[in-house]
Amino acid sequence: MSRASRGDAERPARLSVRKTYKLFIGGAFPRSESGRAYAVSSTKGDFLANASRASRKDARDAVAAARKAFPGWSGATPYNRGQILYRVAEMLEGRRAQFAAELDGVPSKKAGELVDAAVDRLVWYAGWSDKIGAVRGAANPVAGPYFNLSSPEPTGVVAVIAPDEPLLGLVSVIAPAIVTGNTCVVVASERAPLPSITLAEVLATSDLPGGVVNILTGFTGELAPWLASHMDVNAIDLTGVTDPDLARRCEGDAAENLKRVLRPKPSDWSEEPDLTRMTAFLETKTVWHPIGV
Amino acid sequence: MFEYAPAPESRDVVDIKPSYDLFINGEWVESLGYERIKTVDPASEEILSEVAHATEADVDRAVQAARKAYDEVWGVLPGRERAKYLFRIARIIQERARELAVLETLDNGKPIRESRDVDIPLVAAHFFYYAGWADKLKYAGFGERPRPLGVAAQVIPWNFPLLMLAWKIAPALACGNTVVLKPAETTPLTALAFAEICRQADLPPGVVNIVTGAGDTGSALVRHPDVDKVAFTGSTEVGRLIARQVAGTGKRLTLELGGKAANIVFDDAAVDQAVEGIVNGIFFNQGHVCCAGSRLLVQESAATAVLDALKRRMATLRLGDPLDKNTDIGAINSAAQLAKIRELSDAGEAEGAERWAPACPLPERGYWFPPTVFTGVAQSHRIAREEIFGPVLSVLTFRTPAEAVEKANNTPYGLSAGIWTEKGSRILWMADRLRAGVVWANTFNRFDPASPFGGYKESGYGREGGVHGLEAYLDV
Repeated sequence: MSRASRGDAERPARLSVRKTYKLFIGGAFPRSESGRAYAVSSTKGDFLANASRASRKDARDAVAAARKAFPGWSGATPYNRGQILYRVAEMLEGRRAQFAAELDGVPSKKAGELVDAAVDRLVWYAGWSDKIGAVRGAANPVAGPYFNLSSPEPTGVVAVIAPDEPLLGLVSVIAPAIVTGNTCVVVASERAPLPSITLAEVLATSDLPGGVVNILTGFTGELAPWLASHMDVNAIDLTGVTDPDLARRCEGDAAENLKRVLRPKPSDWSEEPDLTRMTAFLETKTVWHPIGV
Repeated sequence: MFEYAPAPESRDVVDIKPSYDLFINGEWVESLGYERIKTVDPASEEILSEVAHATEADVDRAVQAARKAYDEVWGVLPGRERAKYLFRIARIIQERARELAVLETLDNGKPIRESRDVDIPLVAAHFFYYAGWADKLKYAGFGERPRPLGVAAQVIPWNFPLLMLAWKIAPALACGNTVVLKPAETTPLTALAFAEICRQADLPPGVVNIVTGAGDTGSALVRHPDVDKVAFTGSTEVGRLIARQVAGTGKRLTLELGGKAANIVFDDAAVDQAVEGIVNGIFFNQGHVCCAGSRLLVQESAATAVLDALKRRMATLRLGDPLDKNTDIGAINSAAQLAKIRELSDAGEAEGAERWAPACPLPERGYWFPPTVFTGVAQSHRIAREEIFGPVLSVLTFRTPAEAVEKANNTPYGLSAGIWTEKGSRILWMADRLRAGVVWANTFNRFDPASPFGGYKESGYGREGGVHGLEAYLDV
């Protein structure tokens, strides 16, 4: 017995297995093809992890993955999309403690509340999947013998520059883009990218088809202009662009293929959203047919 | 083909002045610049009048007038009062409909049958429709008290001059904005007539300002720092420039740009109806229509029958004096546009497509192009990719519905599409997959103020018409 206890005392403390933070593209977790990474520090300045520093090629791969996923996701029934978003909320709830711990620089009680708010935000948007069509569509009373119906449709591939609010802000920009059938390429907060990759683990286990959400970590100033000028991106959400010159440049580049642009504006993520984050990435399709016998 | 005696509409109903000034703050004011623009009747090349070429300083005066009117009058006027002004305008348009139709046809070259039966009735209907919204905005789904944006800068094209003015001004005013509108260089006259209508309606000064000019005038208007909203209808090329200019300014922007619509005919379609739809789709308004059905996709098994019927029908189209009530195809709006149509048609031949047009004598003076169809067109040909904006149809074939969707969507544009089939489920299946803002099934080129219009992709963003059209002029 004494020998055994001596052995316990000599055994070194267990070394934890750290997570490698990679990108999330097409449902897989690749490293940046560039081999680049950057050190992410806590608000106190301590080293947290090396995050992948995505390249232009990674951004293009992510757009290709999003484009590939678009027909399936936009063609899924709204009920199905709603259930999957709700499933994301369920998975996030199950990892509440992990996310709360990962929200660096936030007191634990507050961190828990932020995770709760993110879960609730997902639930809120999940319910919109099969209601936005009723709220934003219309049977138009035209002056003639025609059936005439307008319905909202997803605009396509949306590039999202996520805000620095690493979980609640991130969820609040992804959910409205995808709930209506868009697919997206997200540039995570440059300063606090780690929760975005943990969120990718949640997305990957929520029946969300690969490619619907793709997440890049890296330098916003590097990645945003490539996405803004990419000709196969239909819209760009500049919410996380805090530098006005960069925002202007991205909006100008977006003009090349007439991307829909959601301009940066200060947001209080704790408030209940309105429809604008969804409608920014919706088209209206109007179908006519004659009425007759 | 039957012989028709000429049945020209009388020009006497219009009184065109030799020269026009700018309409700013409810008054006719001389331009601060010296340049003038001559506007011609494209059917005869006769000079109809000359108008001011507004300078940057003129634009500034107009924007200041609009700002003052917004701050002091229009922005604070109750919705029900705004509504009554708009109803009044709608009524005056109806009262002066014949005059406006003749004026539009003279300045634009479109057949009187179209200006009389389509353009002007839709103009009146548009004002009537949005008039009713002015005091009901809280029910439109944009919140309890949706606010206007302020001063709207509006730049419109020459293909439907007064109708595009109505699409811009009616919703802007209904929502409580004031406007500065620049009509197209080649078709300013009905916009100037509209200025007179505003005066007849006692619309407060500065609520509507009309500045005539060219591209530089439009650019000055779009760039003006005191403008809150920019609305443009025209080419995708210019739309891109405007989107770039607006970037970083915070101005709201809606764009209605080019198109290259597929008109898809299945082998079970009612052929005669489909042919009428094809003809209406591409030859309406000489094909000067952004949503024109300029690519005919016909199912291979029906191609011969459809093309034979189409050519027979095209041979009966009457091209000539736009004021003649029998005329189907009027004049091309300008020498520049005619040159562009010729260039692209020549490219079609050079790239290997087969060109056909019915025997169609063209008048000696004026700008004319016969209704033309190209067969054997490949998707890579310029005439299948570029907007011709003329009476030129490119025909491609397909075998399966999936191939039709693939080809229809194979364009950077996404404004409109047509489907011709007797099978309902196929219509809805196709409509679901076509990436276009307006889908006409077993009809084509229908417009209504209650129905939203606007494109996907590089055909622009925002909608005009219907409840959706309000969003473009509200702070939401």
